[in-house]
Amino acid sequence: MNVVTPPEKLTPKDFATDQEVRWCPGCGDYAILKGVQKTLADIGARPENTVFVSGIGCAARFPYYVKTYGFHTIHGRAPAFATGLKLANPDLDIWVVSGDGDALSIGGNHLFHLLRRNVDLQFLLFNNEIYGLTKGQYSPTSRQGTRSPSTPWGSLDNPASAAVFALGAGARFVARGIDSNQKHLPGVLARAHAHKGTSFVEIFQNCKVYNDGVFENFTGRDVAADQQIYVEHGKPLTFGKDGEKGLRLNTQTLALETVVIGENGVTEADILVHDETNKMIATLLAHMDPPTMPVALGVLYCAPGQSYDDEVTDLVRSHTPAEKPDFNKLLRAGRTWTVD
Amino acid sequence: MSNTALAEKPTDPSQRETVESAVVRFAGDSGDGMQLTGGQFTLATAFAGNDLSTFPDFPAEIRAPAGTTFGVSSFQINFGSRVIKTAGDAFDMLIAMNPAALKVELGGLKQGGVIIADTGSFGERDLRKAGYDSNPLEDGSLQGYHLVALDISKLTMEAVKDTGLSKQEALRCKNMWTLGFVYWMYGRDRKPTADWLIAKFGKRPDVAAANVAAMDAGHTVAETMELPDGVHGFHVDAADIAPGTYRTVTGAEALAWGLAAGTHLADIKMVFASYPITPASQLLHSLSKMIDHNVVTFQAEDEIAAACAAIGASFGGSLGVTSSSGPGIALKTEAIGLAISTELPMIIVNSQRAGPSTGMPTKTEQSDLYQAVLGRNADSPLCVLAARSPADCFDVAIEAVRIAIKYMTPVFVLTDGYIGNAAEPWNIPDINDYAKIPVNFRTDPEGFHPFLRDDDTLARVWAVPGTPGLEHRIGGIERDYDSGNISYDPGNHQKMTDTRFAKIAGIAKDIPDQGVEDGNTSGKLAVVGWGSTYGPISRAVANLRAQGLDVSHIHLRHIWPFPENLGDLLKGFEQVLVPEMNHGQLVNVLRAEYLVPAEGLNKVSGQPFKIIEIEDAIRARLET
Repeated sequence: MNVVTPPEKLTPKDFATDQEVRWCPGCGDYAILKGVQKTLADIGARPENTVFVSGIGCAARFPYYVKTYGFHTIHGRAPAFATGLKLANPDLDIWVVSGDGDALSIGGNHLFHLLRRNVDLQFLLFNNEIYGLTKGQYSPTSRQGTRSPSTPWGSLDNPASAAVFALGAGARFVARGIDSNQKHLPGVLARAHAHKGTSFVEIFQNCKVYNDGVFENFTGRDVAADQQIYVEHGKPLTFGKDGEKGLRLNTQTLALETVVIGENGVTEADILVHDETNKMIATLLAHMDPPTMPVALGVLYCAPGQSYDDEVTDLVRSHTPAEKPDFNKLLRAGRTWTVD
Repeated sequence: MSNTALAEKPTDPSQRETVESAVVRFAGDSGDGMQLTGGQFTLATAFAGNDLSTFPDFPAEIRAPAGTTFGVSSFQINFGSRVIKTAGDAFDMLIAMNPAALKVELGGLKQGGVIIADTGSFGERDLRKAGYDSNPLEDGSLQGYHLVALDISKLTMEAVKDTGLSKQEALRCKNMWTLGFVYWMYGRDRKPTADWLIAKFGKRPDVAAANVAAMDAGHTVAETMELPDGVHGFHVDAADIAPGTYRTVTGAEALAWGLAAGTHLADIKMVFASYPITPASQLLHSLSKMIDHNVVTFQAEDEIAAACAAIGASFGGSLGVTSSSGPGIALKTEAIGLAISTELPMIIVNSQRAGPSTGMPTKTEQSDLYQAVLGRNADSPLCVLAARSPADCFDVAIEAVRIAIKYMTPVFVLTDGYIGNAAEPWNIPDINDYAKIPVNFRTDPEGFHPFLRDDDTLARVWAVPGTPGLEHRIGGIERDYDSGNISYDPGNHQKMTDTRFAKIAGIAKDIPDQGVEDGNTSGKLAVVGWGSTYGPISRAVANLRAQGLDVSHIHLRHIWPFPENLGDLLKGFEQVLVPEMNHGQLVNVLRAEYLVPAEGLNKVSGQPFKIIEIEDAIRARLET
């Protein structure tokens, strides 16, 4: 009798390399690495078929620590390398790891085009609102007034919102997580992996050395319940310690507002139900900022469409003749003449 | 003009003046269809069995204001019964569709040459736009030339009046009327052009018919009118051409086919990633049509992304190719450094143009040799090849694929705007005559690390994602020689830098010794060229050797590394002259490498060398 041997089930440890991890002690990247390695085991990823691609920055060291294929490239351009790689071999399972400077500053253009093309891969943006590897300058996601070596009197420019940018660029999967929330993050990563097309995940990541505690205003133990909302498709958008708070759509202003169930005549029926296929809701959620509104976490938007690599594959297939074409014929197509 | 149809004139060759070669330049407004006209004349000339070389010369503006001198678009062809190596110096015949064309091009016409001008386009306004105070067709300023002044606009309108075309559409047939006229002058067959017109305007049979009618009318007028004194039909014998199947080919086409031939011989996919830029875009267009030949093209969001996508594709086991012109290549530089550092195969095509910065995008230059050989941060050697002519692009591209794969290195292919656009007849090769290009993807996990090297070539292994057991990480950070892991060890960096140099230098052992194109292997003067100066140098050297001068022509395909014997070869000559369309680049690399007293002959006008310019420089050195 034939016995089909199931592929050996890999554990998170099987996805760890023998390289010494060189992030600063206490860096949020450790937690994310752990979460990713757990996700890879959970989803049954095959190491030989998985590739981590990165640009430059602290986050970009990630591939060296994951026992799959990995390509540590140049600053901001990881999306372009990944696109070329996917065109070479559409069967590969690609993860791009990036930071707020890599993805939104030097690489903003490439991220925009990756998202609009919808290349099938997972894009993880570790957002720590600071430049780590270059020693602490402010980044495009730093809040206005951020003091840094290059902005001793506080930064002047307006910060970018990664999730809002992604939605604007045409991303079809946008999710958020927090480095330290290991209960939540692997689930989000697994959803990202399951989605066909570019899956954009923003991970709030604490930089212990240059921006410690920058997310405390919504990740701190005392405020988390009131300043975070974990969104789930088909479920009311409620939050708070006992789920007593909720988001209601104000149809006059077309904006979300925080309400308390049971106060001012608000009932559960008034609470907006999350529809992850609805881009308007996703956009409203992505725009929310503390302290007036909670930070939306989880899958904000998921509306699958055909991926660029699939379209290329289809086009190639439709033009590929059954037999290998004769190269000599190609050279002789069109006007030719013979000299005897 | 009304003086038509006086007598039937002879069309048979014996009644025409036989010439060994002729240079014709079609010049008109950007919207006059001169490139298309020249292209058809080229085909008809190829079918007539002449050897030929063309030079399309057009403005960067798509439609510059009509009638202006900067909107003039020209097409030059040199054809003959002998071997033709350049598009020709001065021309024998100038077709001027308007005053601006006459103004811009007259300086290039031989004394006594023929001007065919459309008087219908020489109105007061047209003259003013071109900067003429009086009409040159009438004021005697063209004495010394043979002028055939015809109201081509009116004659065209008459020829097509029965086709029902609007006036605007009818006037657009002017170029075909003119082509018909010139066809008669050189005894060319009209049928291929008629067939082509019918195919091109398949959906507009009225337009096709009008164009054919215009061409026929132009031909008839030439045949029947009384031409001015000294103007008559010519005959050019078929050239003695090697047997074979031929086509005309531009450099961009030959390069596209050559790259695809290379990946065909290697039996791997090509991923061609590029961003549109003049004059390189034609390569993207040509390859985009080759989807059925295992070629995937990707129009990236910018030059950088194009280079990066190509490298990503090579990491994935395809051959990544990117292409641009100088300013775009500059943007790709950092990515090329990564391909050098991670030792991945890659081809970068540079269709050089006049610079710096935007420069003159449609004009040719050879000023990116330094950029290719030296233009990167750090010690970052790679291989550089240069094509000498449109047809040569095919073999150079195949050689680039071979070296990129065998040595796991980026390879630059230098071509230029002139080669890219110019056409010549091409004896189409048989792909089966080319050696296969072996690709050895690593599959064995035993003893594997990503920077294992071939003892002979020093190339590292090509291990592609998807291969079980070979999972590895590579990147731009320096790697340990013995494991491929990140290393900041000082001795290791020295060793890796030395190895990268040795690998590229070793390519010299794997390429043919440098030969001499024409002349002796030692002597008084060697003229050393590279790229598109091939045509004018070879003609100039041949002319002067025929006059007994001791001069030899050496032409380089391998720009880096140089062939192993090049230094010794150059040292056999008393003088070395290096004509280049730049301010002196190859000349300085040769001086630096070999300590030879090479001298530059430099031209940066956006125009190719004329034969006479090179002849003068040679004479100046040999006739003292």
